[in-house]
Amino acid sequence: MSYLRPSFRHPLLPKNELGFTRADYEGAISTLCAGCGHDSISGAIVQACFEMALEPHRVAKLSGIGCSSKTPTYYLSHSHGFNTVHGRMPSVATGAYLANRELIYLGVSGDGDTASIGMGQFVHAIRRNLNIVYIVMNNGCYGLTKGQHSATADAGSKTKDGGLNPFEAIDLVGLALELGATFVGRSFSGDKTQLVPLIQAAMTHPGFAFIDVLSPCVTFNNKPDSTKSYDYVRAHIEATATIDFVPEKKEILVDYAEGDAREVKLHDGSMIHLRKLAPNWDPRSRTSAMNRLHDAKSRGEILTGLLYIDQDSQDLHELEQTVARPLNSLQEADLCPGSGVLAGINAKFR
Amino acid sequence: MKPTNIQDPEYFHKVVDCQLACPAHTPVPEYIRLIAAERYTEAYMVNWESNVFPGILGRTCDRPCEPACRRGRLEGEEEPVAICRLKRVAADNKGAVKHLMPQGPFAANGKKIALIGGGPASLTVARDLAPLGYELHLYDEWNKGGGMMRTQIPAFRLPETVLDEEVNYILDLGIHTHFNTYVSSMRDMLAKDYDAIFVGTGAPKGRDLQLPGREAADANIHIGIEWLAGVAFEHITAVGKKVIVLGGGNTAMDCCRTSRRLGGTSVQVVVRSPFEDMKASPWEIQDAKREDIPILNNMPPKEFVVENGRLKGVVFGKVRAEYDENGKRSLLPTGEPDVFIEADDVIIAIGQDNSFPWIERDLGLALGKWDLPVVDKKTFQSTLPQVFFGGDAAFGPENVITAVAHGHQAAISIDLFCQGDDILNDRPGPTTNLISQKMGIHEWIYDSGVTNDDRYAVPHEGKEKALSNRKVEVELGFDTQLGFKEAQRCLNCDVQTVFNTSRCIECDACVDICPTSCITFTTNGEEEDLRQRLNAPATNLSQDLYVSDVLPTMRVMIKDEDVCLHCGLCAERCPTAAWDMQKFLYQVTKAGHTCSNLVE
Repeated sequence: MSYLRPSFRHPLLPKNELGFTRADYEGAISTLCAGCGHDSISGAIVQACFEMALEPHRVAKLSGIGCSSKTPTYYLSHSHGFNTVHGRMPSVATGAYLANRELIYLGVSGDGDTASIGMGQFVHAIRRNLNIVYIVMNNGCYGLTKGQHSATADAGSKTKDGGLNPFEAIDLVGLALELGATFVGRSFSGDKTQLVPLIQAAMTHPGFAFIDVLSPCVTFNNKPDSTKSYDYVRAHIEATATIDFVPEKKEILVDYAEGDAREVKLHDGSMIHLRKLAPNWDPRSRTSAMNRLHDAKSRGEILTGLLYIDQDSQDLHELEQTVARPLNSLQEADLCPGSGVLAGINAKFR
Repeated sequence: MKPTNIQDPEYFHKVVDCQLACPAHTPVPEYIRLIAAERYTEAYMVNWESNVFPGILGRTCDRPCEPACRRGRLEGEEEPVAICRLKRVAADNKGAVKHLMPQGPFAANGKKIALIGGGPASLTVARDLAPLGYELHLYDEWNKGGGMMRTQIPAFRLPETVLDEEVNYILDLGIHTHFNTYVSSMRDMLAKDYDAIFVGTGAPKGRDLQLPGREAADANIHIGIEWLAGVAFEHITAVGKKVIVLGGGNTAMDCCRTSRRLGGTSVQVVVRSPFEDMKASPWEIQDAKREDIPILNNMPPKEFVVENGRLKGVVFGKVRAEYDENGKRSLLPTGEPDVFIEADDVIIAIGQDNSFPWIERDLGLALGKWDLPVVDKKTFQSTLPQVFFGGDAAFGPENVITAVAHGHQAAISIDLFCQGDDILNDRPGPTTNLISQKMGIHEWIYDSGVTNDDRYAVPHEGKEKALSNRKVEVELGFDTQLGFKEAQRCLNCDVQTVFNTSRCIECDACVDICPTSCITFTTNGEEEDLRQRLNAPATNLSQDLYVSDVLPTMRVMIKDEDVCLHCGLCAERCPTAAWDMQKFLYQVTKAGHTCSNLVE
């Protein structure tokens, strides 16, 4: 098995505004199984960061434990990274974000890391509207421990050795909507045209941006009777809309037919174009998103795309009214403003 | 675009750039892998089958394969694999090979063939036809075989022992040699009882330069190829101290370097055109410069100056080149004063021509433009059905490897002709083979890693020793260790990425892993449009796009062959083995393997 990727790249690789090519956002060669959906998601992250011309040192990638959580090694090798204890990525991310709000936080987790051991952390991170992109690489099984059902496996699924799953699945998207997440999307590892702009939109969203990505486990859960296989997902996928991410300052060159498209303005001035909109759905209405989700589920369809966005999202720093600068940039004068200020504070309590 | 037809043997042949560029289509990556595996004898035989003179070509080939090498297209300052000099590694380190060659005596088939000229083209025809039972008669004016390889390539580039060895492998197949025999009449040859005649007499006439003083200074003015032949046969053993070589081709390089070894202390090459237009191979120019030979450009000779009946030197004008919109060059005087360069001897190496004074013009054998015979480009047959041409004699001066390629094809024609088959329509197609290299789940039979090493330089003999004797070989060749390292630079372009549409689950793993972004899954379109919207633009139009059938998502897989590293990662990361690495072996079929033979 190759443990090194040749260092030669295509001589005509396109460059982004920073003069970087896609290769500058890559990581080490993957050690996951051949054909793992997670690798495609890594590829989508690389593509998204390249297209957005992010400076790699401005990104912090965090993960927990599991196949999914190994992936930060496979992308953005020039970015910051923290591989936490199982299911504890949100608390480490919270600490990091509070210390330095200027980085872009990219958390990846799996269905085990999020829906089982890390569920407590996950719900509280949503509740606090932590400014992070939170991607769940969801394959419905524990690939690293030989394919047992995870909490997101649909009832009636079978493991590779035939074991039946009697329990209902936790729908992370439904949960996130219910808990008040300010950006909720779902996608499929095999559909980069949808996934890449979704990640880009999530990265510009100020607040908890949750993307549930169905990511087939080729080794243990890519069977005909699995609801998380390449074939099943492709056969049952239903997109809310086709997404284009238009960064701030980029001219919009395409005109879409009216009534068929919608633009959603993001916090930093970027836009998302949504085309071929699903009927009876408004991405800015939580109720409409929840209805559409239930509707699709009752028809046995998997709803993907951007499901909900709160354009007025206020993230943790705003809610807490914390200092605007990273803690490491605060000097003695900022931290010890002097006895005069202290006297003023004391005076308030008199 | 339509799905690529990989059943067409030429599709994958095109992917093996070096093999395609080689006139004889030698399976280059195949023998390079054998060299890396220290299987030098097998590597030698792969070469011998295809190009007949591995040891000679490993030193002297014009190497059309190297500019074609994919490695030269990679990013950065990447240089091609030193294919030519690797061939020499196989020749230098091989074990016994003679028992691997056809073993005579061969049962006679009753047909008699004359080969006129003992150079690479005739020898190739002899080698291909001898095992089939033909009685072959080889005529040459010199006392040994080899032709221009002996008379025009100096011993410091090609030792006589190497030449003799490889010429003798062929002569030992039972060839009837008629050395020291100059064929002076085609009519006489036709009158003999030969079933076919092959003409491989090269381009034996060196061009002269008629300038004032030419006649008077004749004793010290020499024609390049004749002079080199004189040196090879030791009729010429010395040259003056000051030598001027006129001309910018490989013969000029050989003349100036030979002069340095025969007593020339101040040897200069003077070219009438700019450096960029010099015909000599860059490495031969470099070797000349390394031996302290200055090359002066843009200086056409005007006059040979004679004093007291003896050559004094040459007067040169000064020009600059201008090119019109069609790229046609004209040399315009700069107006600077003429330059006089002293010389004891002048060697004129400004080209060579075909010459057939021995072919009577009333035989029905048509000679066309520039006195070249009218020869079919595919069959090498002349307008006299039983006469065939090959090598420089056919279409003008080329090189050894081209002569070999001609020889193979002419041998097929002669065989078909003698067996009463159609020499055009009964020609055999290539032999091809496509074999999976899978050895385990993630393992390949071939060494799939891609090394970053720069091209290794071939060690040279010290200058002083090299210049002391014209028979001291300058290039020492790679030793086995350097040879291994250089061999590892080969990308194994013959190990093909073969795509099976029905197995693909469109997981994108190959797209994500491909180091050079060769693979794209997208909706189909016209080629021009597709080339623009792949993951990396496919601007090299000489390289094909490999297009799959339509996939379940209505997309197609498109692979740009241009800078594929053949690293096998796409196949390694493919969960369903939709990609497989398969070794493609393409061999030009040789005489004797025709359809009518196979039926028997």
